[in-house]
Amino acid sequence: MTATLTPPRASSSLTAGQLPRWTTPLLVAAAAVVGIVATLLLGGFNAGLAAFFAFVLYQVAIFVASASVEGTRKGFDRLMYGFVVGAFLLALVPLAWLAFTTLLAGLNRFDGQFFTWSMRNIVGEGGGAIHAIYGTLAVTGVATLISVPIGLLTAVYLSEYGQGKALARGITFFVDVMTGVPSIVAGLFAYALMGLVFRPGFVSGFAGSIALSVLMIPVVVRSSEELLRIVPNELREASYALGVPKWRTILKIVIPTAISGIVSGVILAIARIIGETAPLMIASGFTQSINNNFFDGPMMTLPTFVYGQYAYRSLPHEAYVDRAWAGALTLILIVMSLNLIGRIIAKRFAPKTSGR
Amino acid sequence: MSKRIEAKNLDIYYGKFKAVEDVSMVVEPRAVTAFIGPSGCGKSTFLRSLNRMHEVIPGAYVDGELLLDGEDLYGPGVDPVNVRRQIGMVFQRPNPFPTMSIKENVLAGLKLNNKRASKGELDETAEKALRGANLWEEVKNRLDLPGSGLSGGQQQRLCIARAIAMQPDVLLMDEPCSALDPISTLAIEDLIQELKANYTIVIVTHNMQQAARVSDTTAFFNIAGTGQPGKLIEMDSTEKIFSTPSVKATEDYITGRFG
Repeated sequence: MTATLTPPRASSSLTAGQLPRWTTPLLVAAAAVVGIVATLLLGGFNAGLAAFFAFVLYQVAIFVASASVEGTRKGFDRLMYGFVVGAFLLALVPLAWLAFTTLLAGLNRFDGQFFTWSMRNIVGEGGGAIHAIYGTLAVTGVATLISVPIGLLTAVYLSEYGQGKALARGITFFVDVMTGVPSIVAGLFAYALMGLVFRPGFVSGFAGSIALSVLMIPVVVRSSEELLRIVPNELREASYALGVPKWRTILKIVIPTAISGIVSGVILAIARIIGETAPLMIASGFTQSINNNFFDGPMMTLPTFVYGQYAYRSLPHEAYVDRAWAGALTLILIVMSLNLIGRIIAKRFAPKTSGR
Repeated sequence: MSKRIEAKNLDIYYGKFKAVEDVSMVVEPRAVTAFIGPSGCGKSTFLRSLNRMHEVIPGAYVDGELLLDGEDLYGPGVDPVNVRRQIGMVFQRPNPFPTMSIKENVLAGLKLNNKRASKGELDETAEKALRGANLWEEVKNRLDLPGSGLSGGQQQRLCIARAIAMQPDVLLMDEPCSALDPISTLAIEDLIQELKANYTIVIVTHNMQQAARVSDTTAFFNIAGTGQPGKLIEMDSTEKIFSTPSVKATEDYITGRFG
């Protein structure tokens, strides 16, 4: 019987040393342990400091190990990979922290009463935010209804009709300027406008919608324009060659091809404005009750509710702070569910890419 | 169904730049006319001017007369949209609409132009067009799947089906096989031979063997140098152009001595 021995592979100019696969997890674990021990020795556990120590230690160790076994090119590759992952984790920390804190603190008052009661005649414990939830949905919804048609039509003009025209350049410039308008200025604009049209000191949900539209339109224009521009020209030409008029080509070919991106852009724009506080404090005011008249009288929204609960506390303080957190949690959940709906819509409309 | 095209002293401009100069030619119906010539000589530009597609580029215009069965395509009051409904076009790269299924793609011309038709009529039109483009057998079981899932050659035939579903008088093809493999090319060339019975076909090609194989008449375009306008050098029966061309430049180009 002959032993089937594989002869050791002769080294060629193409082979090089390789670290075993478990090197990275082992080094990460080791660096983490050393980091924690180091902080303990330096006087008490500190997660941030431990993570920093562990990161530096790991980077040095992996670079030295890889460079000596695999060569300097691989060594630098692993080093840079470490930086990239490190930067990603660092960016994730505030996000996770924020979500965790809001969830933890918000759950204290995340109950049935919070979603069924307003703050009318409530002092101290109890009460809810139904008036603010209603206000946020109404104000943001109307702002979206105003902004999306204006923004989308502007984007269609810019990408389909206005190329190279002075008017288009002017619009692009002012859209860019509008993107940089501080939100408080948008609130003052809406307040002043309402003061001129109706009466001085007039506040309403509608005024808030106007203020938010000022902030939302440039975002919608910019994102939609970008997406319309990346629709391949060949599709437009294919449509023209079939004898389809330009307006119908835009309506039936260009916009449907870009619709999933446009929807995502609109959702992002909504997420951007739904948390606006300052313009709504000016344009929509404060109230403790549900306001059924969208066009007159102050209307509460979730951001102003959170601010109001926190800023104007009376006893017991915890009740107010808990309500503020629950309001913040509700707002985050609304934005998240909007994102989810947007993704579903985008997926439904997305160009069909495969079908073999 | 099939119409004759006549160009008289046609100049084509992109803004101030004159791309094609003084072209006069007759494109006969129920025949295949091929345009050959080096890159940039204006053959695609001339082709696109035949259904007023070059106007899509801002600043482009033509000077001269272009007659479709005696009617001036560039006459006052002529709507380019109506011109394009009669003169269909197939492009270099297959471009099915990504948002539509195979069937919707074929019927796109009808649907987008808001033609009223019953479901039965539409199905019939789609089948006829797909059969006409030799694609029916391959796709009849997946008409509702996206057109972008087909292979390149199938996509190109889908685009041809889309063009002939409109029942145009003339079919323009701008290098329809340059992005395809030899087998798909053969399928398209066979198809061109069949379509010839009903349509006026004009094809631009860089492949001289292809021009020799499929066309009845060949037009050779050339350009004097960069920045100069392209010109029609010679137009004759394909047989004559490829055996005994009357102009030296044509012979040089065809035998590969040029460029």
